[in-house]
Amino acid sequence: MIERTPILNAVTYFIMFLGLLLILGPFWMIFAASTQSLAEVNTVPFNFMPGTDFLHNVQEAWHRANLGPALFNSLVTSLLVMTGKIIVAALSAFAIVYFRSPLRHFFFWMVFLTLMLPLEVRVIPTYNIAADVFEPVRWLIQTLTGVELSLQWNLLNSYSGLVLPLIATATGTFLYRQFYMTLPDELAEAAKMDGARPLRFFIDILLPLSRTNMLALATIMFVYAWNQYLWPKLMTTEADYQTAMVAMRSLIPSVNSLPEWNISMAGALIIMLPPLTVVAVLQRWFVRGLVSTEK
Amino acid sequence: MAEINIRDVRKSYGRTQILHGVDLDFKSGEFVVILGPSGCGKSTLLRMIAGLEEISAGEISIDGRVVNDLEPRDRGCSMVFQNYALYPHMNVAANIGYALKVAGVPRAERQRRIAETARIVGLEDFLDRKPAQLSGGQRQRVAMGRAIIREPKVFLFDEPLSNLDAKLRVQMRVEIRRLHKRLSATSVFVTHDQVEAMTLADRLIVMNKGHVEQVGTPLEIYHRPRTRFVGSFIGSPAMNFFESTVAADGNFVLLDGIRVAIDAALGSANAGNAVAIGIRPEHCRLITAGTANSIPAVVDFVEELGAGRIVHVEIDGQDFAVAMDEGQLWEAGSTVGLQLPAQHIHLFSLETGLRLDDVPSLKRTMKTTVAA
Repeated sequence: MIERTPILNAVTYFIMFLGLLLILGPFWMIFAASTQSLAEVNTVPFNFMPGTDFLHNVQEAWHRANLGPALFNSLVTSLLVMTGKIIVAALSAFAIVYFRSPLRHFFFWMVFLTLMLPLEVRVIPTYNIAADVFEPVRWLIQTLTGVELSLQWNLLNSYSGLVLPLIATATGTFLYRQFYMTLPDELAEAAKMDGARPLRFFIDILLPLSRTNMLALATIMFVYAWNQYLWPKLMTTEADYQTAMVAMRSLIPSVNSLPEWNISMAGALIIMLPPLTVVAVLQRWFVRGLVSTEK
Repeated sequence: MAEINIRDVRKSYGRTQILHGVDLDFKSGEFVVILGPSGCGKSTLLRMIAGLEEISAGEISIDGRVVNDLEPRDRGCSMVFQNYALYPHMNVAANIGYALKVAGVPRAERQRRIAETARIVGLEDFLDRKPAQLSGGQRQRVAMGRAIIREPKVFLFDEPLSNLDAKLRVQMRVEIRRLHKRLSATSVFVTHDQVEAMTLADRLIVMNKGHVEQVGTPLEIYHRPRTRFVGSFIGSPAMNFFESTVAADGNFVLLDGIRVAIDAALGSANAGNAVAIGIRPEHCRLITAGTANSIPAVVDFVEELGAGRIVHVEIDGQDFAVAMDEGQLWEAGSTVGLQLPAQHIHLFSLETGLRLDDVPSLKRTMKTTVAA
């Protein structure tokens, strides 16, 4: 329903403005705090005007949390998780939509069910597996044959460990499935008549057509992977593999230290930048990919 | 060029049977049209030839080779789809040349053949455009170009003209016919449009409810429909029918108490048989009421077509359509005489729907007399 009345318009704008304030307020607070000195940031009430210590705070945060390597680790894992998720989602949805295997509905609903199970729920078993990837295989072989194998593969403190458990994605599979289902069946049939085998059809037809879809997924998944805290925290005991989110922890003042919130906020500001950039660059496709399909 | 043999082909989804044993032979280079109402199984049959649909039972062979278990790419068929199914992200050249690219044809050769195909279908100036930037007729041409570039043995058309507007449809119909003359590959064309079917076909196959009703040239099918269904499906406006019983002396039926003589021989109809008598609107005649050999009828309404008109008359509460040239104008509500020339009467069994008077040598005389 579209209605145009001045009063309703004013009310609508007022509500939207409130929403904007609610979202931008904290950001401004972070920015303001990151520019203030230790004394300024701890005045009550909080002063919303920016101070002059911005560069100093940023430098301080960078060195204290060793943000260089941490940001690099975060970038690598996020990019890998993002790419992995897109590939796995595109392929699994391809299998579900285009192959008439009797169990495909079962598999689809199994995948769908995991939407309800966030990482936090399965974090302990996942950790067990990551610590000893072949444990289930060994157990299976031992129960079946009685032979004890000494296969070992430990994912702790490695990029694989940071990335692999995060790659399976029900959201992505679902998004891709919905997209494939909007494509006419004749497209697959035409490709078949043209002699293309399934993988060829996937690469030549489906992938290029799903570009907007892919970019939308990339945006969500990059931010998702970047914001992971619990899993990297559990996984990495060595500083070499610390991600930015984990490193951030060391900037938060503890009970007996100075309340240097200005430094923490400067750190937060730095860590926020990469996902913000990704969203800013990709938001055009992000909206298009989620809202409608390009015909 | 290849011939196609279809032997007792059946299709069922679970317990529902879509095709009930189809036997057909398409000669090499022939243009065959499969005509039928929606849901009659014609598209399914076509897709089974293409390899897009599994064959539940029976055998299809192309060029003497059984193709039941062959993948579509190995059958040597190409297909034009109803909604064209162009690849939206590829330009016209890439769309047309995709099959060659998949087949690994070298780039130079590919470009030569794309250019040649584009010339045949008249798309030389549009090679760089995306399908979204083309009109319906141009998209249709891309789809045809995509089909012919592979130089297939068999062309399959799945209602390719039904998404076009009426004028373009006529134009594309002519182009398809011309293309066939030029390439002379065996073509199978599925449609529910009888005008397309009549104009394109060397041989016409009429299907209904998963059965082949009749196979023949368009004229054979028009003049001697084998079943009541074929009679009613072919021809526009549709054939008029009235149901009656063959009289005891075996040569006439009653219509509104009036004897309509059919013939002494009557084919295989016997006295007492329940029959459906069919006559095409274009074969009925209207004359002044009371003329000998005519049935009194009341004009219900008139449809003007410009080139002619269709007069709907009523006899015994039943609608009869009479197609006429311009000629005399009949007022709605007036009483007229309807003549049913005996040589144009089709006789079908009411029970089986089969034609009863299929004896070509029959000579019939028109005689309609008022019952005593």
